[in-house]
Amino acid sequence: MYAYTIRRVLIFIPMLIMLSIIVFGLAKAAPGDPFTGKILDPTVDPEVFEQQREALGLNDPIPVQYARWASAMATGDFGTSMYYKGKSVQSLIQERALNTIYLGLFSLAITILVAIPIGMYSARNPYSLLDYSATTFGFMGLAIPNFFFGLVAIYLLSIKLGWFPAQGTISGTEIGGWEEWKSRLHHMVLPGITLGLAGTASYMRYMRSEMLDVLKSDYIRTARAKGMGERNILYKQALRNAIIPIITLMGFEFGALLSGAIITEQVFNYPGIGTLFINSIMNRDYPVIMAITLLLGVAILIGNLLADIFYSLVDPRIRYD
Amino acid sequence: MKQKTILDVKQLQTYFYLEADRVAKAVDDITFSIHPGETVALVGESGSGKSMAALSIMQLIRKPGRIKQGSIRLEGKELLQLTNRQMAQIRGKDIAMIFQEPMTALNPVYTIGNQIGEILRKHQGLNRQQAKQEAINLLQTVGIPRATEIIHEHPHQLSGGMRQRVMIAMAIACKPKLLIADEPTTALDVTIQAQILDLLMQLKEQFHMSLLLITHDLGVVSEYADRVIVMYGGQMVEEAAVKELLQNPKHPYTDGLLASLPNMEEHAERLGTIRGTVPPAYAYPAGCRFSTRCPAVMDICHVKAPSLKQLTPEHQVRCHLYANGGDLS
Repeated sequence: MYAYTIRRVLIFIPMLIMLSIIVFGLAKAAPGDPFTGKILDPTVDPEVFEQQREALGLNDPIPVQYARWASAMATGDFGTSMYYKGKSVQSLIQERALNTIYLGLFSLAITILVAIPIGMYSARNPYSLLDYSATTFGFMGLAIPNFFFGLVAIYLLSIKLGWFPAQGTISGTEIGGWEEWKSRLHHMVLPGITLGLAGTASYMRYMRSEMLDVLKSDYIRTARAKGMGERNILYKQALRNAIIPIITLMGFEFGALLSGAIITEQVFNYPGIGTLFINSIMNRDYPVIMAITLLLGVAILIGNLLADIFYSLVDPRIRYD
Repeated sequence: MKQKTILDVKQLQTYFYLEADRVAKAVDDITFSIHPGETVALVGESGSGKSMAALSIMQLIRKPGRIKQGSIRLEGKELLQLTNRQMAQIRGKDIAMIFQEPMTALNPVYTIGNQIGEILRKHQGLNRQQAKQEAINLLQTVGIPRATEIIHEHPHQLSGGMRQRVMIAMAIACKPKLLIADEPTTALDVTIQAQILDLLMQLKEQFHMSLLLITHDLGVVSEYADRVIVMYGGQMVEEAAVKELLQNPKHPYTDGLLASLPNMEEHAERLGTIRGTVPPAYAYPAGCRFSTRCPAVMDICHVKAPSLKQLTPEHQVRCHLYANGGDLS
């Protein structure tokens, strides 16, 4: 198990190198640099911009630029932002990362707490009213784009009814302690639900079909033949078997949440990694774009590793050695 | 002759309501008894309703199936009137069942000790420690070596024969009055089959159980059963003591089953077969349900369904050949 984990982490290294080459290559392949596409001060001599490019190393051969960037990244130096003058990429990301992590965890919690119980209920009572409602909601959740649902939620629940704030992370008046957390949670409700919508819908469907399958299996019949009660059968015998494939999907969900956050955060003007990412793209702030893309890659790799580890904890047939 | 009985099944009907107008009569009006210490074999091809009869006794019929009517009495107590919860108290304690597929019948994510232990904790109120000790004893009783290690292992670590022994250990955990074994050896290697059946017989003696043995293997029947019930199309077509049935089969279907057995003495070129297949339970032919495959079919067979005729006190058959109780064959 430990050996397996270490091996998996070691495999990360070549994967990350590949990923960094792709990220860097894409960034360089895109036309323009931080000085193009802007309304530049016409009184400044174009020669000055050229000097700046030279100073930033933008005119060096691409492999040289890659080597410089990659070796800096390897030592933990993410470079400096070209747009936010002089600010390090690291500090920019650090400021936003926690917000995104809170949002992701909150949304994941909603997904799990809603999808699994409803999925189980649907499997226990297929074709009941709640099952049909859940199915309808499930298909709607999958069909409605995140940003649209977010906009409708803002319009109805925030502007019309005024139940939840439409943007930001805190109101700003309650700083520190319990009050701040309450405000943060309050601000996370709409973006959290928006972000978790598609996941909730699909996990509900997965849970329902897994549970239906498991309840038909021979070992459930054995448990009934042993005289075990309904509660035991549902929560002990069936749940642990039905949850196994869900765990694998959760690993992917980790990455999906982060990339989903890019759009959701934009809709709710939520100051996280997502908004930073979009803004950096708009500003052609390559050091930030590349750092975030690489971080997303790492997050997805870690998510899959965690899923594999959980998998082996739940299913005794899976042993990594 | 009125003997004490363990199980009395009367006019049991288990129907599956597939669609509005399609009803599969999986078990259609069967009546039989099992006496203390007796081994009764329920014989028939796949689809004849023998497994459904067993699951009906356990009340483990899944939707859209339903026990339509009938009576199932355990030592005189009517089981069909019990609530789900009361029936769960009977299952595993008074009536236990082992299944055909030991590979899938155990829960893959829990240890053997856990799965045997939970039935002891449920029905006998043992605590964890006692249940663990008793689980080890049970595994030793069913002939599993290294029992103290096996209780910590998961089903996938055991062979098919071992898993079936674990199933048997669970079944005898509460010393049931009746043990139902649904094709317990069909999925196992031939070399293991005899071991498992011998074990079942030995445990039956040891714990004074009655055994309802479901099988399609008349070889097994001849060796282990006291009495045989032959099923076809959800009905009993013949019932007799094992010796009588094997030597003097009355129903053409029983004849066909016996003819399909290899015989050491006769060196036949080909084994006998029964032509055709069992009709689906929602589309039995009119008249006798075996009429479409019967080698001795008569005109009346397509029109009128035969009823069960008592030939001797211990032999009954459902066939128009014996309409007058006489032997015409």
